[in-house]
Amino acid sequence: MRVEQIAVFLENKSGRLAEITRILAENEINIRALSVADTADFGILRLIVDKVDLAKESLRAGGFTVGKTNVVAVEVPDRSGGLASVLKVVNEAGLNVEYMYAFVNKSGADAVLIFRFDEMDQAITVLQENGFVLLSGQQICSL
Amino acid sequence: MMWVEEIETLPRSGLESIQLRRLQALVHRVYAQVRPYRAKMDAAGVKPDDIRSLADLRKLPYTTKDDLRDNYPFGLFATPMEDVIRVHASSGTTGKSTVVGYTQPDIELWAQVMARCLTMAGVTKGDMVHNAYGYGLFTGGLGAHYGIEALGATVIPVSGGNSRRQVTIMRDFGSTVLLSTPSYALNLADAMADAGVTSGELKLRVGIHGAEPWSENMREEVERKLGIRAVDIYGLSEIIGPGVAMECIHSDRGMHILEDNFLPEVVDPETLEPLPYGEVGELVFTTLTKEAFPLVRYRTKDISRLFLEPCACGRTLIRMEKVTGRTDDMLIIRGVNVFPSQVEHVLMGIDGVEPHYQIEVTRDGNLDVMSVLVEVSENIFSDEIKVLEKLTRRIQVEIKDMLGVTCKVKLVEPRSIQRSEGKAQRVTDRRKL
Repeated sequence: MRVEQIAVFLENKSGRLAEITRILAENEINIRALSVADTADFGILRLIVDKVDLAKESLRAGGFTVGKTNVVAVEVPDRSGGLASVLKVVNEAGLNVEYMYAFVNKSGADAVLIFRFDEMDQAITVLQENGFVLLSGQQICSL
Repeated sequence: MMWVEEIETLPRSGLESIQLRRLQALVHRVYAQVRPYRAKMDAAGVKPDDIRSLADLRKLPYTTKDDLRDNYPFGLFATPMEDVIRVHASSGTTGKSTVVGYTQPDIELWAQVMARCLTMAGVTKGDMVHNAYGYGLFTGGLGAHYGIEALGATVIPVSGGNSRRQVTIMRDFGSTVLLSTPSYALNLADAMADAGVTSGELKLRVGIHGAEPWSENMREEVERKLGIRAVDIYGLSEIIGPGVAMECIHSDRGMHILEDNFLPEVVDPETLEPLPYGEVGELVFTTLTKEAFPLVRYRTKDISRLFLEPCACGRTLIRMEKVTGRTDDMLIIRGVNVFPSQVEHVLMGIDGVEPHYQIEVTRDGNLDVMSVLVEVSENIFSDEIKVLEKLTRRIQVEIKDMLGVTCKVKLVEPRSIQRSEGKAQRVTDRRKL
C-alpha cells in the first residue's frame, strides 16, 4: 500500500514555487498535500497530486528536475496522541523516518500522515500488523 | 644594493654573449639527453649547431604545457634521477600535475636568484623575513626559504594559515620583511585589526608579493594597511619557482628578469611570431642554466611586455610588466592554479553528473571564493536532502583533493547554465582586483 509522491528540485531563487504551482494549475492538477524541505542552498518540494504522471511530465517539460518516489499514507484519528501512536510502533520496530508531513482531511475527523521510511516494505508490514489504516493514492485523492 | 653587481649591471653586449654561450650549451644538452626535445628539433629540421646567435632562438620549437603532460612525470628531465635531489609540482590541466625537478646545483641556483630578488627589494643580512608562502609541493615557500638563507637574513618559515598567530609572530619576533600572496597580506592586515595590533607596533618595512594577479589599487591598500613598501615578484614552477623576475624598489615599470638565467621573449599567441620590445603578448622563457628540468621556449600563457629602458637602480636587466592576463582559461584561486578542465574531470568521474557546470569566482573580503555550479539531473536527484548534501560534499572533497582548493558546490536547476554554441563559457570571475 504505497502512494506515489512527486519530488521537485528547487533552486534557491525567487519565483520557483510560483512557477511550479502555475504549471500544475494550467494542467488542472490538484495538490492534496505538500512539504518543502530546504537547506541554505536549495530545496526539495514534495507533492501528492491527483494526476501523478501528468504532473511529472508537465513539470519536466517546464524545465524542472522531477523524481517519483513511494511514500506511505497513514490515516489516524485527528486527536491528541494520533501521531504519537504511529511513531511508537515505528520506533519499537527500529524503523527510520527519512521525513514526514501531514494534513487533515475535509471532514476534519481524521489526519493523514505521509511517511518516507528507509525500509518501506518492512514499515508497511509493521503498520498493518498493528492495525493502522494505510491509504492508497486514489483514496487520498478522493478524500 | 645588488647581490651580484657585475652581472646585473653588465652592458647588453656582455650579457648577450653570456646568454648565447649558455643557450648553445643548453640546446646541445637537451638534444643529446632529452628524447622529446630531440624529436621536436628533428621534426623542425634544426640542429644544435644551427644556434649561432640569439636571433637563432626563434628556430627552436616551443615547449608547452601539453609537452609537460605528455611526458609526465619525469620525461623531460635532462639528468638521471639519482642527480635530482628535489621535486615540486603544480596543477596541470587535466588532473596530471606539472612536475619539476632540481639537482643540487639547481637548488643553489634557485637560492642565488632568490637572494638577488630579495636584494632588489632592499632585504639584507640583518632582516627578519616572515615567509608566509606555502611550504610543500608548491614552489613558493621552499624557493623563497633557501634564498633568504643564502642571503644570510633570518627566515621565519611560518607558511600559510593561522593568521592570528602570524600577527603575534610578526610583532614578537620583529619581522621586517613579509613574503606572501597579496591577498594573504590583506588577510594579515585584517587579522591585525581583529587583534588590535597596529602597523606602528610592527617593524615591517617591505612586502614581497606574487603568485597571483594584483592591481595597483591592491598594492596601495597593502602598503597603507601594513605601513610597508610592497613590491612584485614573478615566477612559475616550470621555470624555477619564485625568483624569475623581481621589481626593485626604484622601478617605475615592472620587474627585472634575471635574464642571465631565464631568457625571455614575448610572442604573438596566435601567430607565435616573436614581438618587438614594448608590445603585448605571451611571455616565453628559456632556462639557460637549470640542469634537471631545462625548458626551451616555454610558453607561459602569461600576458606581459618587455622594456629594455635602463632602470634608476642601475641594473641593465630587461624588465617585464606586471602580468596582465592569461592566454588560456587558467584561474588563480588563493595562489593556486586552477584550470576549469580539472573541475570538469572531477565532475565527469561522478556517476550521473552531467557536463554542465560553471565556475564562479568572487572575493569575500580578501579571500577568493570559488563556487562550482552543477546542474541537478534526474540521475542524481533525490527526494531526500541528505542524498543531495552527500553529493555536494563528495564533489567538494574530490575537487579539494585534486586542486588543493576548497570550493562551494551549488546545485542548480537543469538548463539553468547557459549552453553556448562552440566553446562553453565556464568561468565567471567577479573578483575586482
